[in-house]
Amino acid sequence: MKAKGKMQKARIAIALCLSIIVGSLSASAQSDGSEQNKTGTPGTFAIVGARIVTVTGAVIENGTILIRDGKIAAIGTNVSVPSGAERIDGKGLSVYPGMIDAATNMGLTEIGQGANATVDISEVGTMNANARAIKGINPHTSHINVTRVNGITTVLSHPTGGLISGQSAIINLNGATQDEMAVVADNALVINFPRVATGGGFGGFAFAQQAAAPDVNAAVRRRDEQVEELKKIFRDAEAYLKAREARQKDPSLPLVGIDLKMEAMAPYVRGQRPVLLPVQRERDIRAAVKFAEDMKVKAIIVGGQDAWKVADDLKRNNIAVIYTNIYSLPVQMDDPYDYLFEVPSKLQQAGVKFAISTGNDGSESRDLPYHAGLAGAYGLSKEEALKSVTIYPAEILGIADRMGSLEVGKVANVVVTDGDLLDPRTNVKYVFINGRKLPLTSRHTQLFDSFKDRK
Amino acid sequence: MKKITAFLVLNILLLGSLGGSVSAQAAGGSVLIKNATVMTAIRGTLEATDILVQNGKITRIGKNLSAPAGVRTIDATGKFVTPGIIDCHSHTMMDAVNEGSFSVTSMTRIRDVLNPKDIAIYRGLAGGVTAANLLHGSANSIGGQNSSVKFKWGKPVEDFLIPDAPPGIKFAMGENVKRSNFQPQGGVQPRYPRTRMGVVEVMRDAFLRAKDYKQSWDDFRAKKTKVPPRRDLELEPLVEILEGKRLVHAHGYRSDEHLNLLRIADEFGFKVATLQHGLEGYKIAPEIAKHGAGVSIFTDSWSYKLEAYDNTPYNAYIMWKAGVNVSINSDSNERMRRLNLDAAKVMKYGGVPEEEALKMITLNPAIQMGIGKRTGSIEVGKDGDLVIWNMHPFSPYSRVEMTLIEGDVYFDRAGDIARRAELAREREALERLEQNRPAGAGAAAPRPPSQFENGHLDDADHIDGGKR
Repeated sequence: MKAKGKMQKARIAIALCLSIIVGSLSASAQSDGSEQNKTGTPGTFAIVGARIVTVTGAVIENGTILIRDGKIAAIGTNVSVPSGAERIDGKGLSVYPGMIDAATNMGLTEIGQGANATVDISEVGTMNANARAIKGINPHTSHINVTRVNGITTVLSHPTGGLISGQSAIINLNGATQDEMAVVADNALVINFPRVATGGGFGGFAFAQQAAAPDVNAAVRRRDEQVEELKKIFRDAEAYLKAREARQKDPSLPLVGIDLKMEAMAPYVRGQRPVLLPVQRERDIRAAVKFAEDMKVKAIIVGGQDAWKVADDLKRNNIAVIYTNIYSLPVQMDDPYDYLFEVPSKLQQAGVKFAISTGNDGSESRDLPYHAGLAGAYGLSKEEALKSVTIYPAEILGIADRMGSLEVGKVANVVVTDGDLLDPRTNVKYVFINGRKLPLTSRHTQLFDSFKDRK
Repeated sequence: MKKITAFLVLNILLLGSLGGSVSAQAAGGSVLIKNATVMTAIRGTLEATDILVQNGKITRIGKNLSAPAGVRTIDATGKFVTPGIIDCHSHTMMDAVNEGSFSVTSMTRIRDVLNPKDIAIYRGLAGGVTAANLLHGSANSIGGQNSSVKFKWGKPVEDFLIPDAPPGIKFAMGENVKRSNFQPQGGVQPRYPRTRMGVVEVMRDAFLRAKDYKQSWDDFRAKKTKVPPRRDLELEPLVEILEGKRLVHAHGYRSDEHLNLLRIADEFGFKVATLQHGLEGYKIAPEIAKHGAGVSIFTDSWSYKLEAYDNTPYNAYIMWKAGVNVSINSDSNERMRRLNLDAAKVMKYGGVPEEEALKMITLNPAIQMGIGKRTGSIEVGKDGDLVIWNMHPFSPYSRVEMTLIEGDVYFDRAGDIARRAELAREREALERLEQNRPAGAGAAAPRPPSQFENGHLDDADHIDGGKR
């Protein structure tokens, strides 16, 4: 009995030691996935007595918003809170729709330099229409929690590189699997649209100063040849799809072997889904618009430094701009210092549909509100700045029926703050995605908790 | 007459050989800023307050001040004034960043590669930056000598150098130093060190050699030896570190590495001025505080390289609370323009008070660079390095209206906008000139970009030679 007691004590001691070791391990800097696996709690939630910034309608002071079954069930000053709902005191708080970052590589890379194994952004080869971001996105990347706790609830994540880079995905920043995260699994085709390159690199000016004066006409010719190559891919895809269709109807026709890359082109050559065209300079944007016109594809410009100069072409073709250059330097020495800060304001004045995006690989998508804020410092109104990261990206990405504003029936992607959503001093108090209340934890709060009391 | 000539020649020689260090600095401007909300970065925020700058120095702060005869008055009603922003880690206006051939390049000087016409200077001014710590890159354990400058755009390069700033030097540890992301080309020997173990030994070896070198000079000066030692330009700056005359700014990420450096400093009896980047400073905040080093960080940039994966935006708060002098730098021509927003962020990550957050981009970096007595806060006797903002500088909608250095206006948004039409006309006229026509004829020649990279966070990308 005594011996058994000793054994037990020893066991307890070992167990204690183990639990301390395990505890300190999980508290250490290594990511153990525990943060990424926190997908929140479902339920009925009522935020009562808050300032409700609907974005598409008027601001409601002292209002209530009801979240039920993943949707926004009611908004107003006269909403009754059902029994069983979790009541959240909204006094002094503001409620916003979750922000949408419309051009990132979220989940496709963890660490860009020195950890190649974590990078899945660019496939090998020039034509990768069948490369689908949704299949490469890591639902457990630490970037997701870090981003959503700052009020960004939805992003577009896209591959890069080659000539046709692959297909982008729109994801909510919550879910244990890719399927749970997907808003639209394959929403657009990313085309690395050929640009006039007068320097060393593809589409760049690298070493332009050292090199002999570039032959601009030759560079334009090279660009146009690449555009022809691109058009040929689209025509080949059309021909391929026609041949496959014809064979299905008439088995006497020759069989055309399956080609996954061509198959993937179907919704894009048919204009059912948009293509994303990353271009910056005026001449390249004009070429991209002409390509969309010629091939009758739905297009969205990504980047768009000079897009305001092409406003008429863009409007005529109903092409929107996802602007990603707030955190970029003006390209030319004699550009005004605020040239790229002012573009959203210029686009707005010209009547071009636009959204503001970080264009970031994912780790710093959380700065999205400050990108919009800076555009607000240089000409854009506060209201437009807010729209440019909420309802405008939703409209451009074709998901405005589901998100981008606080409206009854929309998905409950909702952010509650103690101040202006775009202000870096503002604290995010609650984040809901699909109506699930998320813990406001991330790799960064975890590291904070681990070390804040070390003496 | 002969005497006067000789005196003149001597003067010219002196001025010529010592360059900017004794060049006659302009006396500085005089200006009265009226009725602003003044964020002093030392004694709180003062409402409806005037600041008088005379000959470059702040002479009065108070209410209802009147301008002495001939002094310009700027009405700042409804506007905010802060000290000029100081960027404690910058490669702006440097024509080269890394001399990466050796593991110790303490003989090289950033002073020799300064370009006062870098447009990034002006863009920095437009973001409220008035001074910067221009550092050698991080390709080697012991890099080159820094330059502390004010952004006196339009002035000769000599005027940029802060005359009484203590000299400094760049050290580095980690991925860049051990060349992790750069495989030597065929036939080229890898440069020592390739591990963190080697980095520590390179530093210790250099300081042991420096100690011997110092001893040999001490012996000579004490007449114990007869032959003067041969001058060693590599070891001289290290002797200055040992004598407390040169500040060490040490690039690094992992806390264990920075701790190793603090141990080396203890071993050789010197103090490290700043740990640069220091994204894991929060893990060793008590040790840093005890040593007395400052840390110059990015608020929240992370994950761009393996050794930056353990950053947390709470870093500033934890270190601040432990009593560490924290500054927020840009290391980037782009980020430099919005350091005010990076400072604002630390208010929410842990809860750094507003004035402490402002200090992290003004007074704290000034102290870290050893120029805290002359700039970094709004106090009588300090340089008139001031930024006028359209609203609270931590608001996302804020922008700089005017930037002054030593009482002279170096950026004025209204003036900038007013000049634009004229500049556009000048550009068109220049483009029409025969010598500016493109080789291909017809289309307009692409102008070279202002720089080749978008001011990346870390200098790993432009590690060999100049900017990429």
